[in-house]
Amino acid sequence: MAEVLVLVDHADGQVKKTTAELLTIARSLGTPSAVFIGGNVEAARPRLAQFGAEKVYVIDNDDVENYLVAPLAEALHAVVQQASPAAVLLPSTTHNKEAAARLAIKTESGLITDAVAVEAGDAGVSTTQSVFAGSYTVKATVTKGTPIITVKPNVVPPSASQAGATVVPVDVQVSDAAKGAKIAGREEKQKSGRPELTEAAIVVSGGRGTGGDFSPVETFADTLGAAVGASRAAVDAGWYPHSNQVGQTGKQVSPQLYVAAGISGAIQHRAGMQTSKTIIAINKDEEAPIFELVDFGVVGDLFTVLPQATEAVQKARS
Amino acid sequence: MNIVVCVKYVPDAQGDRTFNEDNTTDRANVDGLLSELDEYAVEAALKIVEAGEGEVTVVTVGPEQAADALKKALQMGADKAVHVSDEAIHGSDAVATSLVLAEAVKKIGSPDLVLTGLSSTDGTMSVVPAMLAERLGLPQVTQVSTLEVADGTVKGRRDGDAVSESLEASLPALVSVTDQINEPRYPSFKGIMAAKKKPVETWSLADLGVDAGQVGLDAAWTKVESFAQRPPREQGEIVTDEGDGGTKLAEFLAAQKFV
Repeated sequence: MAEVLVLVDHADGQVKKTTAELLTIARSLGTPSAVFIGGNVEAARPRLAQFGAEKVYVIDNDDVENYLVAPLAEALHAVVQQASPAAVLLPSTTHNKEAAARLAIKTESGLITDAVAVEAGDAGVSTTQSVFAGSYTVKATVTKGTPIITVKPNVVPPSASQAGATVVPVDVQVSDAAKGAKIAGREEKQKSGRPELTEAAIVVSGGRGTGGDFSPVETFADTLGAAVGASRAAVDAGWYPHSNQVGQTGKQVSPQLYVAAGISGAIQHRAGMQTSKTIIAINKDEEAPIFELVDFGVVGDLFTVLPQATEAVQKARS
Repeated sequence: MNIVVCVKYVPDAQGDRTFNEDNTTDRANVDGLLSELDEYAVEAALKIVEAGEGEVTVVTVGPEQAADALKKALQMGADKAVHVSDEAIHGSDAVATSLVLAEAVKKIGSPDLVLTGLSSTDGTMSVVPAMLAERLGLPQVTQVSTLEVADGTVKGRRDGDAVSESLEASLPALVSVTDQINEPRYPSFKGIMAAKKKPVETWSLADLGVDAGQVGLDAAWTKVESFAQRPPREQGEIVTDEGDGGTKLAEFLAAQKFV
């Protein structure tokens, strides 16, 4: 069976869950090969082997880290030329989508972004995407070249299947043309200690109704082990960081449970959350459009409802 | 400083967006407008030119109605506009769109900056800027929430989830900006009047030297096989807080096994 390349999402060798998900998908399409960018592949190998990577292509080249996107696209191009894969799967991040875009041009291949399902079909690989703010789903295929597909997190449960994870070093010479945009500095953001927004099983978000005080939202989120999100109104007001924004111009999340507190539910916000499995809203305004989406809603003040719910959940647990 | 801003005419997200029978986005029967995220790119371009000198050209690829998107950008203050319109473009994917845009940018001249928004609000792929950089051989300074252009260099901050990166490139460069970068202006009355006299050129594929066989639905490298409307969510129980709203919420969570 042909190889299916999976770009590994990792932080210094710590492999992220999305990689296990993509390797699981890759096994249904062919023989998974991981593509590892960086120097600490030995830290990653056990996990890559556990989820079925037969090979691990390793590109350890500082240029890929030091210049934006273009060198990564060249590195992926080199692996595609070497492996002639049946498909290339990448976790759907900003960076990866841009690298996939350049790879598509280089290899004259069709590109699909933000797939929520990837299957082997009669006409090759078939994907499903959620479009128009989650109001439609489309099924698509790639008709030219090697299918290049970016896949959203949490779309399949990772399942283990031991394989060899044989390391295959790939020597990549990054062209001068690809060194146009230098990453001159990196500033680490403060870690919240909470799950990542796009990967979390539960998300609790606050909006205009918080008036800038996210403490009841955060406390309730921590009680549930949830990530914290924010509406655009809350972000634009400077109450919460943009990296936590849920919506069309922020993150699109699809957790098991989404709690919207003090969020009216404008299309901008719905685009980021309406494919969540279960939705709860708390809002003072009974006319708020968010209530059209909910499985359970409370018309009331989040500053009394959330603390009471927090206490009740803690009590139920003890 | 010559700046080209690539903009898109999109169906209004407030309307009922849908598809044509050939599985392409319906752009005719749904009210359209300049993609909101492109306004930030227009604003960024205007700010740069206002602080120094130069010219802002807006370009779009799209059907006849796409002229509305250009009009809005001209009303905001862009100097001139180019509309690439050709029946053969209907159904083009991002790859073909980037090809047409790249050829249009070349024909406009050699801009110091090619600016775009972070994504369209209809396709939402965020891939055309990277494709344009690849095709034009320009440094890619994308998804920045700050932008500084001085002494032949462009600098910007790209905010990720875990890190913020400071990017630097020499001009000419391709830059995409996020909605965090500025507050786009509303067209003034003066701007609206002035826009009527601004030049708008319409180009066909032949004007760009692009073979019609390279674009459009049949030439696309991806194919939408089918579309389906997601069934509307059924509204669940709504309670009014009478002092026990939080308790009821917790009971719902317990019943659904979240607790």
